[in-house]
Amino acid sequence: MSISLEEVLQISYLARLHVDEEQAVQYAADLSKILAWVQQMNQVDTRDIVPMAHPLDVIQPLREDKVTETDQREKFQAIAPRTDRGLYLVPKVIE
Amino acid sequence: MTRWEAVIGLEIHVQLATQSKIFSAASTAFGAEPNTQACAVDLGLPGVLPVLNHEAVRMAVMFGLATDAAIAQRSIFARKNYFYPDLPKGYQISQYELPIVEGGQLEIALQDKGHKVIGITRAHLEEDAGKSLHEEFDDLTGVDLNRAGTPLIEIVSEPDMRSAKEAIAYMKKIHSIVRYLGISDGNMQEGSFRCDANVSVRQAGQETLGTRTETKNLNSFRFVERAIDFEIDRQIAVLEDGGEIVQETRLYDASKGITRPMRSKEHANDYRYFPDPDLLPVVIEPEMIEAIRQQLPELPSEKASRFCKQYGLDTHDAENLSISREVGEYFERTVQDTDAEAKQVANWIVGELTGALNQDNIDITESPVSSSMLACLLDRIEDGTISGKIAKDVFRLMWMGEGDADQIIESQGLTQITDGSEIEKLVDQVLQDNPAQVEQFRSGKDKVFGFFVGQVMKLSKGKANPKQVNSLLRQKLQ
Repeated sequence: MSISLEEVLQISYLARLHVDEEQAVQYAADLSKILAWVQQMNQVDTRDIVPMAHPLDVIQPLREDKVTETDQREKFQAIAPRTDRGLYLVPKVIE
Repeated sequence: MTRWEAVIGLEIHVQLATQSKIFSAASTAFGAEPNTQACAVDLGLPGVLPVLNHEAVRMAVMFGLATDAAIAQRSIFARKNYFYPDLPKGYQISQYELPIVEGGQLEIALQDKGHKVIGITRAHLEEDAGKSLHEEFDDLTGVDLNRAGTPLIEIVSEPDMRSAKEAIAYMKKIHSIVRYLGISDGNMQEGSFRCDANVSVRQAGQETLGTRTETKNLNSFRFVERAIDFEIDRQIAVLEDGGEIVQETRLYDASKGITRPMRSKEHANDYRYFPDPDLLPVVIEPEMIEAIRQQLPELPSEKASRFCKQYGLDTHDAENLSISREVGEYFERTVQDTDAEAKQVANWIVGELTGALNQDNIDITESPVSSSMLACLLDRIEDGTISGKIAKDVFRLMWMGEGDADQIIESQGLTQITDGSEIEKLVDQVLQDNPAQVEQFRSGKDKVFGFFVGQVMKLSKGKANPKQVNSLLRQKLQ
């Protein structure tokens, strides 16, 4: 199984990673090798194997529905690049 | 001409009425100052761990049980990856494989009085995103993360609906169920209940589905109906023009009443779901499911059929009175307090009361006419103090806060005239004043009878007992 240059560029776009064309060619080759390696596992019969959702064999503890957090907005916003009237500000995004 | 059939499926997002968020202990209360209810977990700061809220799980199970669905004994959470400023982690915690609820169904009433079963593919737990505010700043977007992490269930229907009307009936039924269960306030203005509509069309009789579009952000029943109708017409027009439907996400523009494409096609999103390593599988023991089943309240359809049996109502009235828990309670309290027939009570609630509530756009819990006030009014009809017609006037005065029925009847002098001799005087007067009509009646023109009744009632200012007026007129005109 191989991965195309277009796929590398599409994935880097979705992950918001800047990858230039030259690097992308290399990634396409490397990723194809990794996939080919993973492909070997297809030879194993996994029909009766339940996919593992988590490496730990424990179950999710549940939390009581109680509000214990207090307002720490000032603290959090101290590390934000820009805020105004309590809002975090980011470059305009609208679809 | 080709006959077209629409195929509609809905995805409904319901905010669960928990106190705290699905994975953090921050408050979910609506309307707080921006970002005062967004804690480190909600902000996706490094080193935090989500811990699942027991109540959110319980509520999702309640929904599953109420719609005859299977509850997954083991379910898992997944990350849905995409970038948007109101999603601080860069992924939404949702469920993909193994959702908590699968394979439910519910019945909707159709316009022509039949019923139809709509399948529910799945309902999964997930967290809500924050809110982006685009209007307040130039070139900037403000982000409020108070809503981030609010628990949702996303309810996905089968593509079983064939018209906007059916879609609305289904949506209203879901709305009614989640409110009955008390798992959501269902407030659409505040975004607690939102809907995306998947719409496609195909030629009647065709088996395969047409290409569908998804219209997002529909936050009122009316918008859902209009958006679906618009989409159906648009798609038919495209196809009849020889064009093709593009599978895409569209937004409903309420001001123009149209839908338009939202995301650019060339970068079709791929959410790259994978199991969230921060969360362990959720196991729901059969005992817990059974305990929740025991706590389920009477549901709309159960209430409606009980109303039919217990009070002898027809299906239409019974369904209208089961629309919410509050309406059902109002009805039963009124029936208990009055000597009037249940059917009469139903007529008044479905008619006068609902009309007045709609006109003032208020909920039955805010009704200025309480159930005991309505019961008293119906008693005054029952004991002959006032006629049904006068009762409507009294109802309006009660609505305006003029007091209870007895006070209004007293102060306005509305007591029905039941004294035979007094009514006889009025009847004589009318017959004397209208000799021409009397002549017509006697020469066989029966229709004139109604005219006499009307005249007597008018003369009595609506207070004469109509039954007595009728029988006296008959006697006199014989």
